[in-house]
Amino acid sequence: MTAAPESFEPARSRFADVRRTLADNPAIVLVFVFVALFVLTDIVNRAQSGEPFLTAAQVSTTFLFAAPLALLAAGQTLVMLTAGVDLSVATTATAGAFMVSSYGTSGSAEAIAIAIGLGFGIGLVNGVGVGVFRVNPLIMTLGVSAVTLGGLTIYSQQRFVALVPSFVNRLGSDRFLEYVPYDLLVWAPIAALIILGLRYSGFGRLLYAVGDNPTACRLAGVRVWMVLVLVYAICGALSALAGILLVGFNNAADLGIAAPFLLPSVAAVVIGGTSILGGYGGYAGTILGALILTVLDSLLTILNASQAAKQMLYGAIILALAAIYARASSSGD
Amino acid sequence: MTAATASSTPRRFDVGRLGSRHGWTMGVWLLLLALALYWRTVPAQWGSFDVQSLAIDALPLCFAAMAQAVIVISGGIDLSIGSLMSVINVLAAKYMLADATLATTVSFRKALVIAAILVVAGALAGAFTGFLIVITRVPDIVVTLAMLFVYAGLALAILEIPGGAVPTQFLKLGTGFTGTQWLPTGLVILAGALVLVWVPLRWSRPGLALYAIGSNRNASYLSGVNVSRTRIFAYALGGAFAALGGLALTATSGIGDPLSGQYFTLNSVAAVVLGGVALTGGIGGLVGPIAAAFVLTLVKTILVIRGVDQNWAQVIQGTLIIVVVMLGALALRRREGGG
Repeated sequence: MTAAPESFEPARSRFADVRRTLADNPAIVLVFVFVALFVLTDIVNRAQSGEPFLTAAQVSTTFLFAAPLALLAAGQTLVMLTAGVDLSVATTATAGAFMVSSYGTSGSAEAIAIAIGLGFGIGLVNGVGVGVFRVNPLIMTLGVSAVTLGGLTIYSQQRFVALVPSFVNRLGSDRFLEYVPYDLLVWAPIAALIILGLRYSGFGRLLYAVGDNPTACRLAGVRVWMVLVLVYAICGALSALAGILLVGFNNAADLGIAAPFLLPSVAAVVIGGTSILGGYGGYAGTILGALILTVLDSLLTILNASQAAKQMLYGAIILALAAIYARASSSGD
Repeated sequence: MTAATASSTPRRFDVGRLGSRHGWTMGVWLLLLALALYWRTVPAQWGSFDVQSLAIDALPLCFAAMAQAVIVISGGIDLSIGSLMSVINVLAAKYMLADATLATTVSFRKALVIAAILVVAGALAGAFTGFLIVITRVPDIVVTLAMLFVYAGLALAILEIPGGAVPTQFLKLGTGFTGTQWLPTGLVILAGALVLVWVPLRWSRPGLALYAIGSNRNASYLSGVNVSRTRIFAYALGGAFAALGGLALTATSGIGDPLSGQYFTLNSVAAVVLGGVALTGGIGGLVGPIAAAFVLTLVKTILVIRGVDQNWAQVIQGTLIIVVVMLGALALRRREGGG
């Protein structure tokens, strides 16, 4: 802030202090936004239908809905920490959903293993493109997504894929103890693993390092390409898992099952404060981002917003937040 | 893909400067020639009809490739091209339909006015994207990714399901022929856009500025190039070409479809890479990407004529695009490693 004109300095630096604190701890703002949005939705819902929204059941539903998005965004967070982005997460999730329903007859465990394996494989292709050939991640993942979708279209024409195993269905849509969704049993351990892994494991710290400065990493002896291949593969596996939860919730797989989650998966990460330029952020923020987007989605649905309007709004949110975070981080130096 | 080393060519050949400068582009032309010769032998009775249908298939991608090429040359990248084309496509089809119940269209003259307005709108939309990139200082790829979704939503909001109509004469611009049956009108328009817009621009101050900022932004700033203005100009020009691409979609299909542009973002990038434009900026032209657009279209056309399922053709074309982009990246890396 040394470059600021002197007459503006007191006001500006106080603003900068606040901004700095918020930029360093986006979780504070995000929790506030989440609660505020919930209250706002409650008010709107009361005005529209007379029903309250701020109930234990709705909080539970929000978590149930947020889990697939949060898992997609989990892979996205890891990839974005390495300064990449994965635009194939939605198609990979669809692939996972298809696999789990078409192999449902051979048992849930096998079906789930095949689905996650396929997701891992798709991620591996992305990883090889980005890590070994150094293709721009956006272009690589967009291409892989297009090919996967074409493959799925052919697959769906040749095979009957309507059977979702009851275990998967239960996992994706049911609750126990009245309010606890089963999918939380999948999401919570993975969330804990990612948050702790990013902080304490060597691989976790490498993700930040690679995103921050790949050249320095390479000079320090890190095999950057291996880190990248692995992170995209993990992202693919997590996406397939999200697809399994989604198909469990919908109880039927179709080609468009995960498509509406692509943009929110990027938005959740960006809202959560992870830099799209890599090297900064974490999964805790992404979880809040996913919860915020889920409530926002409920609010927009109550307000009868179309899919088109939602899409435009999410695009605008990504843009605005990317700009804000870019400003905040550049003034912090 | 971030570290910019601005020199040399996509590939080194030992046949001298000409070969090393134009080796890649010549390779693309040879590939196109080989594909075209093979294509002639595939249909039972190859004729002017095949030329026309190839032109119809290739035209939108050619404009998309031109749009992407201008922006990539200036050192940027535009992921929103495909969905901007969708927006223009649905707007054109929607407003050229005069009465939905009678299914009548506006007059040809009015359709041309609408088309001209949409080209200006495309340029403005592109300028807006460029402006956002310049003022927010967020990387091109992030801003245009956000715009990709904004435009895709906008296209859906304008026309939820495929519909609309265009005057027959307007349809002729995309599907008809000029003079002989061997010369599709679309190609004439394409050549016109290239000769009237790009050729004079390429050698003028703004055109050179495009190459300069793509090659080395700091050096061109120090040489007195207005970098921000040139970047916005590149996106505006790209937007205008994308609008032509959207109009080409309308004129070749006769309807508006909010999802019509979804493959063009990726395919335009592939055409640009294959066409010899370095993704780091500053190198290449517009003719190479157009040749590459024909290569990509021909591959799919040949597959479809040979009786390959449409979806399989899509998958094969997509795989080919990925391979092309990978090879392009590899060539770029060689260059960086060697230079």
